Amino acid sequence: MNAQPSTAPEPVPPYVRLQAVSKKFGDFLAVDAVSLEIRRGEIFCLLGGSGSGKTTLLRLLAGFETPSAGRIYIDGEDMSAVPPYERPVNMMFQSYALFPHMTVERNVAFGVEQEGLGRLEVRRRVEQILEIVQMSPYVGRKPHQLSGGQRQRVALARALAKRPKLLLLDEPLAALDRKLRERTQFELLNIQERLGVTFIVVTHDQGEAMTLATRMGVMDRGRIAQVGTPAQIYESPVNRFVADFIGSVNLMEGRVAARCDRDLTIRCEPFGCTVRAARCVECATGDTVWAAIRPEKIVLASEEMPDEALGDNRVRGKVREVAYMGDVSICLVEIDSGKTVRVTLPNRAGLAAQRDLRHAPVTLSWDAASPVILTR
Amino acid sequence: MQLERRAGRRLVAGIPALWLAVFFLVPFLIVLKISFSEAQLAIPPYAPLFSWAHGLPVPRIHLSSYAYLFTNPLYLRSYLYSIMVAAVSTLFCLAVGYPMAYAIARAEEAWRSFLLMLIVLPFWTSFLLRVYAWIGLLQNDGLINNILLRIGLLHHPVTLLQTDFSLYVGIVYSYLPFMILPLYANLEKHDPALLEAAADLGARPFTIFLRVTLPQSLPGIAAGSLLVFIPVVGEYVIPTLLGRTDQIMIGRMLSDEFFDNRDWPVASGVAILILLLLVVPIVLLQRVERRQLEREGLEAEA
Repeated sequence: MNAQPSTAPEPVPPYVRLQAVSKKFGDFLAVDAVSLEIRRGEIFCLLGGSGSGKTTLLRLLAGFETPSAGRIYIDGEDMSAVPPYERPVNMMFQSYALFPHMTVERNVAFGVEQEGLGRLEVRRRVEQILEIVQMSPYVGRKPHQLSGGQRQRVALARALAKRPKLLLLDEPLAALDRKLRERTQFELLNIQERLGVTFIVVTHDQGEAMTLATRMGVMDRGRIAQVGTPAQIYESPVNRFVADFIGSVNLMEGRVAARCDRDLTIRCEPFGCTVRAARCVECATGDTVWAAIRPEKIVLASEEMPDEALGDNRVRGKVREVAYMGDVSICLVEIDSGKTVRVTLPNRAGLAAQRDLRHAPVTLSWDAASPVILTR
Repeated sequence: MQLERRAGRRLVAGIPALWLAVFFLVPFLIVLKISFSEAQLAIPPYAPLFSWAHGLPVPRIHLSSYAYLFTNPLYLRSYLYSIMVAAVSTLFCLAVGYPMAYAIARAEEAWRSFLLMLIVLPFWTSFLLRVYAWIGLLQNDGLINNILLRIGLLHHPVTLLQTDFSLYVGIVYSYLPFMILPLYANLEKHDPALLEAAADLGARPFTIFLRVTLPQSLPGIAAGSLLVFIPVVGEYVIPTLLGRTDQIMIGRMLSDEFFDNRDWPVASGVAILILLLLVVPIVLLQRVERRQLEREGLEAEA
């Protein structure tokens, strides 16, 4: 519904183009008229909760599902009648789907062998790609003799061995523990850059999407809610779903009280505060809108202000909870109206200072550039 | 607690061991003993293995029944024929059963149990009745000949009964479920993502079958084949009712020696040799199964 391109259209045609693609399973509309363009060399992340249709979209691209409506073009070619084994696309499966009866070497060679290359060439390619993913010492192992991280590398190598122009990755890092996941993210970026492959990555992990993506698409109930760079999506979400899905956010419902050019005043009755935002949003005075403020953009001052000092973008409250996370602390502040506002504090002063905050009277304030005003 | 558990474990392992000892090992030893004794016209129709002289046991072990079996070509031919019939039947069962098992494993989930029930359905009637029914179908004035004559495809009835053809029809028909069930159990477990991965890597459907499905179903093929091969070698009823009269299988041979000739030592020798013959495939089956278990265990661990 809102898949506008994030930048001006480029002269080069998009590498992957989805044209109003829908997929129905029985009565369930898994993918709902998705139109999307992905450029060559991009790392495009499809981000969404479970059941949002992101994996179905990936399977449509791989050819495991046929669209109920719409068309998919890869490199300008209509993929409607092209079976999976003839598509210039490879996929890395979430479960890795390594062949259990084959060694690492046989697994990686499988795809290359289908191209009818000579044995020497197959061998050379397999060696080369295993070198890149640093799995050369394990050529003779079977999948069940590998750790999760090693399997992930073999799966990646197997998908890359065919030198696809487009690689589809279904939750590529989901099965790895956190440390390994972080390291592998950077390795993926490195490999992508080296080989110049276009990546489409499905993930439910926003951190992963933020790190990997050049652009990302947030999916919600089969539709693409927003497409943009990670910064665009984080800083300027188009609706409450996106704002809430990416990172955490304080959403304050209110009415537009005054509006002039780049200056909006929103009266948030339930929160008992007035939000001023330096934003240009299409709305009229009296409209219901939502002010979205990221917890890290709120300044917490640990002194109680008198009533007359309060005003726009400034509220008074009491700290209810402090959750110490190490690098930051998350404070839940109950403001005068009784509502709770989430604030994150960088951990500059150490644990003791954060502890002292509990039940302390505080004043919250934020810059007029911080709130995002959402009409949906 | 520890002790209790160990005792419990011993009990659990002990029950099947006891069962096997009472119903397999002891009868086997008795048969083994008889095979080494001398036949005589008495009740029982064989001489004891030891006689007593001056208060000491004197062994009276005779190898005559084995010597007889190995020198008489009738027995050797019968053994070879049995093995050939079992091997060919196994291949036919595999050729017919694999596609059926594959189709059931790939069918919609709601259909699978229904289709499996159809495979097991024949077991609900007596095995003997079902084999008899084939006589009615295959004999010279049976259903098949009558139909072929009626539609003019034949002018004289063809002899179908008491040929290798009728024997194989009977065996394949009777043993097909034993091939299909283990194959299905194997094929059903295959991860569909592997087929997608293979297709994604550029393999066409037939290549996928050859390189992904078939190698992974080898344990199922082995299990099904042995479940058919082993009992068919000693099969008695089907060859007697449907098989050739000029070449008998070893199971029939055994029964003839036992009941018609009343030569218990020779009959026992035949039984022991069948057993030895089947030990090889049984050991093979166990090895395949153990390997499969080890792999599954490792996968579960990982």
